Formats: sequence, structure tokens, C-alpha cells
Amino acid sequence: MPAEATGSHAASESVGTTGTTTRDHDAILVGEDVIRRFGGLTAVDVDRVEVKRGLITALIGPNGAGKTTFFNVLTGFDQPDSGSWSFNGRSLKGMPPYKVARLGMVRTFQLTKVLAKLSVIENMRLGATGQRGESMLSAVFPTLWRSQEKINTERADTLLQRFNLDAKREDFAGSLSGGQRKLLEMARALMVDPDLIMLDEPMAGVNPALKQSLLGHVKGLRDEGRTVLFVEHDMDMVRDISDWVIVMAQGKIVAQGPPLEVMANPKVIDAYLGAHHDSDLSVEEEEARLEKVRERLQAKTGPRDREDGDPRE
Amino acid sequence: MRVRAILGLLGAAMVSLLCLGGSVLAAAAVPMAPGDEGISINVILLDQGQPTAENPKGTPIPGVRIIVEDATGTEIGNDVTNKKGVASVSVAEGGDYVVRLDTDTLPEGTELSDPDDVTNSVNVLGFDTTVQFPIGLAERTGTDIGTRILGLVLSGLKFGLIIALASLGLSLVFGTTGLTNFSHGELVTLGALLAYGFNAGLGLHVLIAAPLAVVAMAVVGYLQDAGFWSPLRRRGTGNIALMIVSIGLALFLRSLFQYVFGGDTKAYDRYVTQTPWTLGPLSITPKSFAIDVIAVVVLVLVSLAVARTRLGKATRAVADNPPLSASSGINVNAIISIVWIMGTALAGLSGVLLGLDQQVEFQMGFKILLLVFAAVTLGGLGTIWGAMAGSIVVGLLVELSTLIIPSELKYIGALLLLIVILLFRPQGLFGRAERVG
Amino acid sequence: MDWGFIFEQAMASALGPDAVVYALAAIGLNVHFGYTGLLNFGQAGFMAVAAYGLAASVASWGLSFWVGLLVGLGAAGVLALLLGAPTLRLRADYLAIVTIAAAEILRIVIGSVSLKDEFGGRDGLQAFNASFTDLNPYNGTVDLGVFSLSRADAWVTTVGWVLVALCCLLVWALMRSPWGRVLKSIREDEDAVRSLGKNVFGYKMQALVLGGLFGALAGFMVALQQAAINPDNFSTDVTFNAYAVLILGGAARVLGPVVGAVIFWFLISGLGTFFSEAAGGTDPLIPTWLMTDTQASLVRFILLGAGLAALMILRPQGIFGDRRELAIDAR
Ligand SMILES: Nc1ncnc2c1ncn2[C@@H]1O[C@H](COP(=O)(O)OP(=O)(O)OP(=O)(O)O)[C@@H](O)[C@H]1O
Ligand SMILES: [Mg+2]
Repeated sequence: MPAEATGSHAASESVGTTGTTTRDHDAILVGEDVIRRFGGLTAVDVDRVEVKRGLITALIGPNGAGKTTFFNVLTGFDQPDSGSWSFNGRSLKGMPPYKVARLGMVRTFQLTKVLAKLSVIENMRLGATGQRGESMLSAVFPTLWRSQEKINTERADTLLQRFNLDAKREDFAGSLSGGQRKLLEMARALMVDPDLIMLDEPMAGVNPALKQSLLGHVKGLRDEGRTVLFVEHDMDMVRDISDWVIVMAQGKIVAQGPPLEVMANPKVIDAYLGAHHDSDLSVEEEEARLEKVRERLQAKTGPRDREDGDPRE
Repeated sequence: MRVRAILGLLGAAMVSLLCLGGSVLAAAAVPMAPGDEGISINVILLDQGQPTAENPKGTPIPGVRIIVEDATGTEIGNDVTNKKGVASVSVAEGGDYVVRLDTDTLPEGTELSDPDDVTNSVNVLGFDTTVQFPIGLAERTGTDIGTRILGLVLSGLKFGLIIALASLGLSLVFGTTGLTNFSHGELVTLGALLAYGFNAGLGLHVLIAAPLAVVAMAVVGYLQDAGFWSPLRRRGTGNIALMIVSIGLALFLRSLFQYVFGGDTKAYDRYVTQTPWTLGPLSITPKSFAIDVIAVVVLVLVSLAVARTRLGKATRAVADNPPLSASSGINVNAIISIVWIMGTALAGLSGVLLGLDQQVEFQMGFKILLLVFAAVTLGGLGTIWGAMAGSIVVGLLVELSTLIIPSELKYIGALLLLIVILLFRPQGLFGRAERVG
Repeated sequence: MDWGFIFEQAMASALGPDAVVYALAAIGLNVHFGYTGLLNFGQAGFMAVAAYGLAASVASWGLSFWVGLLVGLGAAGVLALLLGAPTLRLRADYLAIVTIAAAEILRIVIGSVSLKDEFGGRDGLQAFNASFTDLNPYNGTVDLGVFSLSRADAWVTTVGWVLVALCCLLVWALMRSPWGRVLKSIREDEDAVRSLGKNVFGYKMQALVLGGLFGALAGFMVALQQAAINPDNFSTDVTFNAYAVLILGGAARVLGPVVGAVIFWFLISGLGTFFSEAAGGTDPLIPTWLMTDTQASLVRFILLGAGLAALMILRPQGIFGDRRELAIDAR
């Protein structure tokens, strides 16, 4: 599938922060006319969305924009009222979540789901796919799965090290802190060896120092050839690592494009401002407010003038 | 000697178990040894169309000849039913026998439910065996189908309303605390037992004993929450753990009731049998009518209270999101306490009315517990209107299903419906889909 | 008060066929609830279909005892599939309500007059275990010092404990494997397991069937031990007692059900004998106005209920369990 434009933004020869162009990338995930309603509320109403292979795409939007719901629909955890979506050209409509994951599209959860009464390393081992010992019949014969288990454990240990969790290897996952849980979940998702990894607010609650090293890891994923789609409220992170940004508001995709461009887009500012111009503000007042927000966003998206890891505000 | 003692003990255990009504302890169930006088085949003839207070299962029919033949058709012996409707014929050994009823000796106007069913084959296995000939059920099949359906609809509605009171209580508690309370059936029983105690024990009139029991149940509700469930909530005990706690509590209470009240069935001292009012094809006893009216009034009042009053709104807010309600100034613990008071009083009222309608027994609530669950699930866990509508459906289904299936199987229809509903509409008929992911 | 007799009674139950039945039933529940988090409240139903499958095959349909065993196991497996298919995708408490309802339906249907020819109505079925008793290697009463077992009981008990040992071995082997890891993970958070590409429904179904088959073995033991069965052997209380056994011994521990069954029966039988001695005889220890003979047999059930609730509150990890690895979310 060619990287055909989804509106004017996609068509631009934008250059991501790392210099990767979007032009040579086909779409790994395509969604069309996806609608999910909860009673009277339309949580998701997406005409068309594409996630490009090999890039880091950020999905941003104010609280309640429908990002998590969209994740749920794409990964089979929730059924939309209508729409179609496909991964690597394969329709995922009606496919149960575990099959989606097996195809190589793995997600994490906004509210972390660690397996509290299992140790950290067991959490990691669970992630590995194609385990012979997971079939009931061969489970009783350890000789059939021991060697595979050893390889998986080695892989898990490498990942734990990368995510600074190696010291916690034998602890119950339930004893981890909120940030550590986020890390464990991400590491565990990588055990599946996915083509596309979807992270729902991976950095929420992670301390700034660790955040910086994690950003490196996420970029590393791209360098390994994986595609990353992540939801994030932290604009610094979005600006730092994403090649492409999709903005959702009230269930719709209101803008998309390279980070710098998107963050200067008035529509995006509107979305984040929340309250709209149809209120009884005078034109001047409105302009003034918009200007403020624009400034704030500009400050964040502007050239890097701060040290990494500097605590802000 | 030892063996004797053990056998005796096991025998005693068995009797107590039979009293328990089916609670099983495998140890106790040793087959009874044959008596010294050989084995007998007993026949009990009851007119099931005419139950009375002394004979809730039906009026005994005396003077009917029963003949027992062996497999080859030779007569082994015969007997005539006594005042209790019992006839007994001894046989020398186990084996196949045919028990025949001499229809000519049946009293005028009495007929077998199935006129062709005058013989009954039995396989006697070394101990006494009882044979029954259904009588009196035919009378009802004889009446025209419309009247019968009407009667079943009436009794189904009544049963449904009684269940609705219990379901409402269960649903309120589930909605606000998330507790699936397996001891709810025992609250129903307790209501009936208290009413019986005030009535038979203290000699109060039923009309005083009944409301008193409901008030007492409200107090029980308060104490139960304050002394038991509320401390558990504060410890943060999980819902599944609480469910198992409630199972323990149910076993505890049920055995305690049996300890205090005994294993038999008793009735309030009034309103046991009544001549029905008839209006065309409609026929309803005054007490059934009163049960219907009381239940409807209470159900309407409670649901209006939950829908309209500030308290009701606070209740629904707590049900929806306890932390949020707490932070918006609602006293969550007070609300939960009120819900427990209401829920327990409703369960108690349900028991009082059930005791009035049928009779009082230590496991009456346990017996309807599953139907209450079915009703609540049918309507959608935690929704008030759903619980009531579900109850009416269950009540009607239980009674109307006897048109097609034998009445011994009548609870099955409702339980099957429960499973089918879960299959196609797990959120219940009136519930909303849940948040996923 | 004959303490020796009380102890003897207690030990006979704790190590005899009663404990075997409940150990097997609770091993099944351990797979369901302890490891996978499935709330099966209808274990009595699994026991019933197996016991009746066996008994009816032999006594009503004239099949051989061994075929009857297969029929019983098959029936329990099919029951698991039927119950699991609609409910395993739903919230945990739905399975609880459906299984308890199904077990009740089965009990009522099995005891119904309409099916008397197949299942013997309220009287149940007898005379189906000749092939089993024929294999009895013992020649008389077996004296174990503290208590003695009749020839029949000795044979049933031997077979029973061997079965329990084999089942424990199987559970141990399964639960240390990646398969067991998936089950335990499902208990913790099934959505997380789904997101990692595991077919949660399939695993739950396997667990339900496996635990149901253990339940079937418990049903067989009821049938063999009593040489007769009736619907009341499979009431809801059987399931609840099995839960008490499981929690007593510690859920999600391989030997939990066994330890639980032994302690449970020691207490139930010991208390039963104690109170019947204390309240019986010409000059009872407890005056009759306080406790009659019939009431004496109820005290243990009162204590059982109170004990189950107290245990769940105070020591949800079981008597020997470690609180930190508590399987049930009781806090
Ligand atoms: N199961 C549900 N039932 C009803 N409404 C829901 C449900 N799930 C989500 N919603 C609503 O859909 C909207 C989108 O929710 P969603 O969780 O997708 O937002 P989000 O973009 O992930 O927000 P955040 O950034 O705060 O995580 C919200 O208004 C939410 O209230
Ligand atoms: Mg979200």
C-alpha cells in the first residue's frame, strides 16, 4: 500500500526530528469510518487513519477525546458500531484481541495491567509467543519446553535490564511502583516481538531521568524496524520522538502531520483549548487567548533550548 | 460392639441429615438394613387437589384396596388404606413387583389423575419402598384451560411480587457495595421466622407480628452492616472474598435457624386456609389479594423513593461511583447503611409474605435464593426496575411452566431462562453494556 | 465422655473415604478457582453427572462398569463445555450463578419422577459397582491402630488416596509449566493475557474441563463408597463444603485441598461425635433444654458456617498459607 496522502498534511515532505521521511513508508495500520458510540455519546468517529510502517506515530488529544477507546477498537477489546480497519492488509474486523496480538500488533493499557501475584520475570515469560509448554498436553513433559523457556528467560532478562527492572526480577509484580508497572508492561509487550506496538500513555508517572532513557529505547524500537503508535499528553516527548502526530478531539481526527507543523496548527490549539469561539467572548478576547496558547505551544515545540531531563514549570 | 456403635452413630447422623433436607455428608449415607419383619411395599394415597393445613400435601383417602402381585402376576397380598391413606403389603424378598389399585374402591368423585395408571411397577431392593398414585391433579386438568391459565397467572404474579421484594433488596445491596450476597435467602427466612416467633411465641396477632418482624429486620439490617459488613469494607476485603464470607454466613444462619426452629414446617395461627373470592373465572383468596397489594405498594414506594428523593439520588450516585460521590460530599457509609436497612427489611417482608402464602420453614429463603438471583440477573445486575421486572417474569414462568412440565420441575424453567439470558444478553434485559478495557 | 472414641471417629473421617471425596472435589475447584479464578459454584453438578453416568450406565442401561466410568467422565466433560461456552466470556460472577443454577437443575431433573426409570427418582440408584468390589484385594477388616476400616471401605479408601495422589501430581506438573502460568495470569488479569496473544477463552475452557473431571472423580468416589447414590448426595452444600475445604487448606497450593479435606473432616466428624456424646445418653453433659440429640448434630454445621466466614476474613490464605502469595484478592 503506497503512502498515499490522507489529506494535505500527509502529502507534505515533512521531516521528522530524526530525519526520517514519511514518503517511503507504507501504512501498517489503516482504519476507515470507525464509529463507536456509548449511548448518545460518539466516542470515536474516525473517517480515515493510517499508521506508517517503521515510524513513531503519536496520537494526542485532550482528555476524553476517544484515544483509549480507539485503541480498544483497533485491538479488538471493544467492538465499534461500524467501520473497518486492517493491519498489514488484513482486516481485523471482528477479530478477538488475542489473534490481533498474534498478528504482531500488541498494546499496553492506560491503567496498567500487571499480574500482581506473579513475579516480574514470570510476567515477562508470559509475553513470549509460540511457547510449546503452553499447550496442556506438552505442559506435563518439561523436556518438551525447558530449552525454549531458557531462551525466553534470557530474552526477558535483557529486556528487564534495558528497562531498569533487573533488580526487581524475583519480586511480585504487585509490589512495583506505578511507574515501574508501566515499564514492566512495556517490556512485557516487547516479549511478544510485535511489528506494531501501541502504547497508551507509556510515560505517565515515569520519572524524568528514566523517561529520557526510555525515549531512547522507543527510538531504538523504530531502529529495529518496529512501528510505534503511542498516546501521550507530554508534548515534549511527542516533539522529541515522534515522526508523525495525529490529533483527536471529540472522537474525530482534527489534524495530523509532522510534530512541529501540527503543534502550530490552530485547530490543534482549539482542541486543547476546549471551550469554543461560539461562546460570548469578544473577538479581541478570543484572539488574546488563542495567542497565549499558541505561545505556550510554541515554547514547547520550539528549538531545544533546555537540558534533557530538566524539570519544567 | 464397636461396629454397632458406629452404625448407630451413622444412623443418627443420617436422620439429622435428612432433617437438613439434602445437605450431604457422604459418610452418613449407609443403606438402611432390612428390618426383621421382612420388607414392605407401602402405598400412600393423597388427594393432592385438596391440601389442608394438617395435610399440606393432600387429604388422605381411606378405604381403597391395594393389591401387590409378583412379576408373574400372582397375588402376593393386599391391604386397604387406613385413615392416613396408607396401605402396606409385606413381601418376602427384593425383586420386581406390580402394585395395582382397585379403582372400584375409590370413593365417589375421586379419580386417579391418569385413569390408565392403575398399576405401578416397583423394583424392591431389600428395604421398604413407597409407591404413589397421583390423585386430584386430574381435577385441575379437567377445568377449562382458560381458567387454569388465569389461576396460574395470578399465582405467578403473587410469587413474582414476593420474589421482587427480595430481589430489590439484593439488587440495592449489590448496586451500592458490589456484594453478591449468598446469605440473602437467610434474611428472607429470618423475616418469616421472626413473624412466626412474634405470632406463635408471643401470641401477637399476625397483623401486628408481621409489621413488627419487618421493623425488626430493618434493625437487623443496620446491625448487620455496622457490625459485620462495614468493618470488612474498611479492611478492603475483595468482592469475591466477601461472596465466600456470605456463603459461610448463610451456612451458619441456616443451621442456626434449624437448631432453634427445628426442621419442620409451621404456619402462622391465622389465615391458613381461606375460602377464595370469586369473580367470574377469577378466584383469589383474601390473603393472596392482600399479599399482592402490600407487595405492589411497597415496591412502588421504594422505587419512587430511589428515583425521586435526594436520598435516592445519593444512593444511585454511590452505586455509580463511590469515590466520586464521597468527594462530592455524600456520606457514602451512611448511604450504604441505609441501603442495608432497606434491603434487609425488604427481604424480611418478602419472607413474612412467603410464610403467609405458603408456610414457615428454616430453609424457605434458601430455596428461593436461586430464583432471586435469576430475577436479578434477568433484569440486569444492580438495576432496580430490572430486578422487579425480572422477578415478575420469573414468577410467571415458574407457575405457567406447569402447563407443560410436571410441577416438580417448575423451578427449572426459570433457571434455564437465566442461563439462556446470559447467553444472549449478559447485561440483562434492562442493563447497559459494561465498560471494556 | 469417651475421648478415645471421638478421636477415633474424627480420624476415621479425616483419613477415610469422606476426606477422599472432598479432596478430589476441592482439587477440581483449586484448578478452577485457586489457579484460574473461575468461580464454579456447581461442582456438585459435575460430581452428579459423573456418578449418575456411571450408575445409570450399569444399573439402568446394562453397560459394563468400565464403560460406565467413561460415560461419567464424558458427561462431566460435556457439562463443562456446555456451561463454559456461554459464560467464560462474561464476568466472573456470571459463571458462579450459571453453574450453581445448572447444578440445581441437574439435581431436580435427576430426582424427578418422569425419569425414574433411568435415574431412580428420589431413591436413586444402587447395585452398580460389582465389578469394582470384585477387585477388592483385602480379605477382611483392616485395622490401622487408631481406627479400622471395613473391607469395602478399605478398598475404596486405598483407590481413593491413590487417585488423590495422582491428581496432585498432575496439578503440580501442570502448574509449574507455562500452561499453569497462563492460568494464573488469567486469574490476575485476563485482559493483560489477551493482549499478549493468548486465547483466554480456550485456556479457561481447558481449566473448567480439567477441574470438572476432578469433580467427576469425586462423584465416582461417592458412588463407590456408598454403593448407592441419590440426588441429595449432590446438593449445593456439597459445593460450598468443598470451597470450605479448599480455603481451609489454602487455594492455589497443590496440597491445599488435601490438607483442607483432612482437617475439615477431622473437625466435622470430631465435633459431631463430641456433641452427640455431650447431648446424648441418660445424663447428658449439656442439658436437653439447651441441646437435644437432633440439635447436637447441627452444631457442627453452625460452626462450619461461622468457621468458613471467619477463615475467609482472618486467614484467607488458609491455615498454612503465606499471606503474600495469597491467590484470592482478599487483602
Ligand atoms: N464504556 C464506556 N461507557 C460509556 N462511555 C465511555 C465508555 N468508555 C469511554 N467512554 C467515554 O468515551 C469518551 C472517550 O473516552 P477515552 O477513554 O477513549 O478518552 P481518552 O482520549 O483516552 O482520554 P484520556 O486522555 O483522559 O485517557 C469519554 O467521554 C468517555 O467518558
Ligand atoms: Mg485514555
